[in-house]
Amino acid sequence: MKLKGKVHKYGANVDTDVIIPARYLNLSEPEELAAHCMEDIDSEFLSRVQPGDIIVATTNFGCGSSREHAPIAIKAVGISCVIARSFARIFFRNAINIGLPLLECAQANEIEQGDELEVELEKGEIRDITRDKIYTAEPYPDFMLELISAGGLVEHTRKALMGKR
Amino acid sequence: MTGSTIAEKILAAHCGKKKVSPGEFLNVRVDLVMANDVTAPIAINEFERIGVSEVFDPQRVVMVADHFVPNKDIPSAEQAKMMKEFAREQGLVYFEVGRGGIEHVLLPEQGLVLPGDVVVAADSHTCTYGALGAFATGMGSTDIACAMATGETWMKVPPTIKFIYHGRTKKWVSGKDLILYTIGDIGVDGALYAAMELCGEAIESLPMSSRFTMANMAIEAGAKAGIFRVDKKTLAYIQARAGRPYTVYEPDEDAYYEKVIEYDVSKIEPQVAFPHLPSNTRPITEVGEVKIDQVVIGSCTNGRIEDLEMAAEVLKWRKVHPEVRLIIIPGSQEVYLEAMRRGLIETFIRAGAAVSTPTCGPCLGGHMGVLAAGERCISTTNRNFVGRMGSPQSEVYLANPAVAAASAILGRIGSPEGVVREG
Repeated sequence: MKLKGKVHKYGANVDTDVIIPARYLNLSEPEELAAHCMEDIDSEFLSRVQPGDIIVATTNFGCGSSREHAPIAIKAVGISCVIARSFARIFFRNAINIGLPLLECAQANEIEQGDELEVELEKGEIRDITRDKIYTAEPYPDFMLELISAGGLVEHTRKALMGKR
Repeated sequence: MTGSTIAEKILAAHCGKKKVSPGEFLNVRVDLVMANDVTAPIAINEFERIGVSEVFDPQRVVMVADHFVPNKDIPSAEQAKMMKEFAREQGLVYFEVGRGGIEHVLLPEQGLVLPGDVVVAADSHTCTYGALGAFATGMGSTDIACAMATGETWMKVPPTIKFIYHGRTKKWVSGKDLILYTIGDIGVDGALYAAMELCGEAIESLPMSSRFTMANMAIEAGAKAGIFRVDKKTLAYIQARAGRPYTVYEPDEDAYYEKVIEYDVSKIEPQVAFPHLPSNTRPITEVGEVKIDQVVIGSCTNGRIEDLEMAAEVLKWRKVHPEVRLIIIPGSQEVYLEAMRRGLIETFIRAGAAVSTPTCGPCLGGHMGVLAAGERCISTTNRNFVGRMGSPQSEVYLANPAVAAASAILGRIGSPEGVVREG
């Protein structure tokens, strides 16, 4: 699958409280959450974001709470994938489970705000069209590929349960 | 072949293997699954999508109303109602307002988590139970939905980092200070994906409350779990509560640790984490002049009876500064009742504090103490991210209960030493 979009760039330790503040955790519909995505870290994000756009950050993206509302909000606002040097572990699981692609890439810091990217998920290839550069993301372990190709954790679990019966 | 750490032994025992190694993917059996009023609604929806009619074992699935309860508004009331109805239909272990408290104070108290357990819950501070020698980790709602359906979950075996705490702690230094100091040293991703094993003579002398506090904040270093060895104090805590058998795991002498980090606690002062990261720590003597508007004492980090005792020792016969509001929240009904019996609640109210029913409330900016723009709060909670307790223009400082109480009296962040000595 090929994803294409403009970059919204952030630094280290983007926490789930700024991705979706807890004052909105009395909501759980994706579009309600999307309406407040990133508002405490970047007040212009919501007016700028276009479907397909890509969030790029440095280390420990998604640290903090286990709220699945965070990747749900990012996905529902139209972000096609998140690229970072590293991800917090609960956020990583949550994103994979709900079908928000994440790419771990050591050179994520070289990508800048507003750059146009093209991402080939299967190959883990990130093309920075603006800078004419190509980066490669860490490949997913086989087990995670199995989850992703099953269509997420719920589908994977349903299949496993059916297999047992 | 090297030996195994506590984390590796617990995970191996839960997937039917003799030995597991860091990086390996496993399907592990879980002993307990939990969700709360914020994370349960999504988990319930996902559970229903799986298409099974019943949870794997209703006695091992727990739901706790604690984040936005007593319900703060209509949407949170709807969420709490959805969780309650699901819990009733499925016959789950359910804790209602007035009969429970904050999940991570409550579950150990109720004997629901025991040494050697694997516990997964839809809350990042699930790692608290590592204080009991359990492997406990936070996950999102979908992972919890699947664990509720199958009684299993997938895990990647984490490498273990060993932290050894030597020496004796100074007066007013608690587990909160040791963990803040550690996070300040290694950073908020210093233990990313790893299990922290916390040990040493300083840990052995800590009460269980301080161990819960330390395990609780393992996630603030990015860790998957924060695990303690089981000793006499753990067993004393467990034995009055356990309703089922449990297994104590000891690390092998030749266990492989990714890193070993050692501290001399006698050199550690009470710590304060400045905005906006828990790793942004300074010793209390280097804080400078920081005026405050609000103080919160409570939460899954510091809402236990020993925490309230520590605060009361500072607050007794004294008054909260006229420009400060002090909010004290016992972590559970059991803690609340014990605080009443010991006269702590009277001490707090006489000092000018508001005492609330157990709730996560202000820790995550939910209710019961949300901050306005420009306001500063010192809190015994676990996170000081931008907007964590309210306005994105507010500031949160993290500290232990004695420092928080002393600051409430002084109107600025300060040490209990000066307050108590001045009399």
